[in-house]
Amino acid sequence: MWKHHQKLERHSLLLVIVILVVVAIGGLVEISPLFYLESTIEKVDGIRPYTPLELAGRDIYVREGCYVCHSQMIRPLRDEVERYGHYSLAAESMYDHPFQWGSKRTGPDLARVGGKYSDGWQVDHLTNPRAVVPESVMPPYAFLAKKDLDYRDIADKLRAQRAVGVPYGDAMIAKAATDLETQADPFASGGTALKKRYGPKVNQRDFDGQPDRISDMDALIAYLQMLGTTVDFTTYKADAGENLR
Amino acid sequence: MAAIDGPKGTASSGAGLLAGLLGVGVLLTIFMASRTHDPRFMVHAYIFMAAFTLALAVLVIGISADRFVQSEDKYEDGVIRAGVIASLFWGVVGMLVGLVIASQLSWPNLFYFPEFGWLNFGRLRPLHTSGVIFAFGGNVLIATSFYVVQRTCKARLAGGIAPWVVFWGYQLFIVLAATGYLMGVTQSREYAEPEWYVDIWLTVVWVTYLLVFLGTIWKRKEPHIYVANWFYLAFIVTVAMLHIVNNLAVPVSPLSSHSYSLFSGVQDALVQWWYGHNAVGFFLTAGFLAIMYYFIPKRAERPVYSYRLSIVHFWALIFIYIWAGPHHLHYTALPQWAQTLGMTFSIMLWMPSWGGMINGLMTLSGAWDKLRTDAVMRMLIASLAFYGMSTFEGPVMSVRAVNALSHYTDWTIGHVHSGALGWVGFVSFGAIYCLVPWLWKRPRLYSDRLVEWHFWIATIGILLYIAAMWVSGIMEGLMWREYTSEGFLAYSFVQTVEAKHVANMIRALGGLLYLSGTLIMVYNVWRTIRGDVAALEKNAVLVQPAASGPAPKGAAVAAE
Repeated sequence: MWKHHQKLERHSLLLVIVILVVVAIGGLVEISPLFYLESTIEKVDGIRPYTPLELAGRDIYVREGCYVCHSQMIRPLRDEVERYGHYSLAAESMYDHPFQWGSKRTGPDLARVGGKYSDGWQVDHLTNPRAVVPESVMPPYAFLAKKDLDYRDIADKLRAQRAVGVPYGDAMIAKAATDLETQADPFASGGTALKKRYGPKVNQRDFDGQPDRISDMDALIAYLQMLGTTVDFTTYKADAGENLR
Repeated sequence: MAAIDGPKGTASSGAGLLAGLLGVGVLLTIFMASRTHDPRFMVHAYIFMAAFTLALAVLVIGISADRFVQSEDKYEDGVIRAGVIASLFWGVVGMLVGLVIASQLSWPNLFYFPEFGWLNFGRLRPLHTSGVIFAFGGNVLIATSFYVVQRTCKARLAGGIAPWVVFWGYQLFIVLAATGYLMGVTQSREYAEPEWYVDIWLTVVWVTYLLVFLGTIWKRKEPHIYVANWFYLAFIVTVAMLHIVNNLAVPVSPLSSHSYSLFSGVQDALVQWWYGHNAVGFFLTAGFLAIMYYFIPKRAERPVYSYRLSIVHFWALIFIYIWAGPHHLHYTALPQWAQTLGMTFSIMLWMPSWGGMINGLMTLSGAWDKLRTDAVMRMLIASLAFYGMSTFEGPVMSVRAVNALSHYTDWTIGHVHSGALGWVGFVSFGAIYCLVPWLWKRPRLYSDRLVEWHFWIATIGILLYIAAMWVSGIMEGLMWREYTSEGFLAYSFVQTVEAKHVANMIRALGGLLYLSGTLIMVYNVWRTIRGDVAALEKNAVLVQPAASGPAPKGAAVAAE
C-alpha cells in the first residue's frame, strides 16, 4: 500500500488532482442538498423583501460591522426563546444576501429587536450607548444622524438583489428612490403605494427625529424596527405538518 | 556546478509582458476612478493606480538596466527576506489592533471616539483578524513555502520575477483590505470581508502563487515531493477553492464598492462556515503543519518521526476538515442532519490532528535536551503542545450539548486564541528565528536570551488570555440560561456584560504581554540582520551550530 503512495509523491499534478477530489467531497455532500430540501427553501406567510430604506439600513448595519457583536439567530432553547422571542425560521433570512446570523453575542441577539424599543430610544442608544445603558461596551454611532443617506444607487442595489434571486418587481425598482423617501416621511403621499408594494406592516415615519433630512440613522433604525416582525407567530403553527419537515 | 536548465532571457521577457499589463491596469483604474460616484471605490481605484504606476516605473527602470537576468544556479532568497520583514511588520500591526479592540471592550469610555466612527469596534475587528491571519500568517506561509520548496526540490523558484509579483500583489491585497475595513467596505463574511474587486485581485495573485509553487516542484532535482510540500499544496489549492466559492457575489454596479452574495440565508450561512472553518483547517493548520514538517526536523537535526503516520494523517486531515463547518451552526435553522454530520466529523478530526502533533513531537526523539538548551526549539515544540490542546478543545466544543453553552460566548474567542497565539504564532516565530540567520548568512541570532524572554513573556500572555476567556465565556453562557426558583430568567443581558469586566481587562493584559514579546523579537531580528551579537553572549558556546541550517549554496548542493 505504501508503495502506491509513491506515485502521488512523484507526480505533482496527480497529487493536486487527488487533493482537490478529496477536499471537494465534504462540501458537496453537505451544501448541495440545501438548495432543494423543503425545510431550507420553504416559504412562510409574511416574509417579504426589504423596502429600499430598510435595505439601505441593512447595508449600514453591514458597513459598521454590527454582525461582529450581534447575532440574528435565536436558537430553540428555553432561555433564548424567553429572552428574545420565537426561535428563528430558515425562511426569515431567505432574502438575506448575505446572511447576518453572526457568531458572537458581545451584545444581545437582534433577530426580533423590531418594535421592542421606540425610535427615540434607538436614536439615544446609538448616539451614546452608555447614556442609556451605563454598563454597555457598545461603540457610539452619533455620526450616523449627521450624515445624509447616499441613496443615488438604490435602484442599482435592488437590481443587484434581483439578480441574486430576491423578487423585486419592475415597479419596485422604478420607484425605489421614491419609496425610500416616502418611508422616512410620515406625511408623504406615496404611503399607500409603498404599502401596496411591500405589505401593510411597513413602518412609515421619521425614524431619526430629524424631519428635514434622511440620514444614515433613519435607514438603520428603519431596518432594526422591522427585524423579526414579518412573520405573525400568533397564526404560525410550529407543530403543523408542513413545518415539521 | 550542475547546470540548471532554463533560458536566461525568460525573466526579462516576462517583465516586459508584465509591464504591458500594468500599463493597461493604470489606464483602467484612471477610467474607473474618474467615472465612479462611490467615494470608497474611488479611493481604492487610486490605490490600485498608485501601486500599478509604481510597479511599472520599477519594471521599466529594471528592464532598461537589464536587472532581471537571473542566474539559475542560485536560490531566490530576496523575496523570502522581504517576506520575513513583511511578516513581522504586519504581525505587530495586527496584534496592536487586537490590543486596541480588547481595550475598547474593557474601557469603552477611553477607547471610543464619537467623532471617529472608523475606529469603532465593528470596523477594527476585521482589521485585527485579517491583519493577524492573512497579513501576518499569509506572509509567513508565502515566505516559508518559497524557502522550503526551493531547498526540498533543490531548484530555484520558477517564473523569474513571478515570486515578486506574488509578494507585492499580496501586500497590495492587504492594503486594499485594511483600508476597506476602515472605510466600511465589507461583505460581512467573517474572515472573507474584502469586497468583490479585492477578491478578484487576490484570485489573480493566488493563482500566480500556485503556478510558482508548482513550477518549482516541476523543476525539482529530487524524485520525491517532500511531505511539507504536500501540506503547502493542499493549503494553496484548497484555499483557492474556498475563496472562489465563498465570494461569489453580484456587485451593485461595476463602479461600486458594494456587492450582494449569490447565496442567502441558510445556504449562505453554510457556505460561509464551510469556508470559515477551513480557513482554519487549510490556512492556519495545513499551511503551518508544512512549516512544522520542515523546520522542526531541520532544527532538531532528526528525520521526521514516521513517514507512514504523515501519509495517514495528511489524507485524513484534509478529507475530514472540510466536513466540520456545520458545527458553527448548531441549533440554528440549518437542518439537524447537517449539524450532526459536522459534529461527527469534528470529533473524528481529533485523531488526524493529534497525528500531526505526535509526528512533530516524536521527531525530537534523541534530541530532547534541545528543549533545555535551545529556546527556538522550545518555541516550536510549545506550538505543537498548543496545537494539540486546541485541537482537543475544538472537537469538545463541536458536541451539540457543549456548543449550546459555548456558542456566542467568549469561550470561542479563547479557543481561537489558544490556537492562533499558541500554535500559529509560536510555530511562525520559531520558523522566523531559524530563517533570519540562514537568509542573512549570520552565524547566529543577535541574542538567545532575548528569545528566552520572548518565549516566557508570550507564554504568560497566552495563558492569561485563554484562562480569562474560559472563565468569562463559561460564566456568561451559564448566566444566560440561569433561572430563578420562580422560573424567571435570573439575569438581564447587560448584567452578563458587566460581569465580564475583570476578565476583559485580564485578556487585554495578556494581549499586551504577547505583543511585547513580538516587539522583543523584532528588535532581536533587526540586530541579527545588522550582524550584531549581544555583548554578554559573544563568548557563549553556540547553542545552534552554524551549519545546522541548510546552507544556501545553490546548485553546488544540488549537484551533490
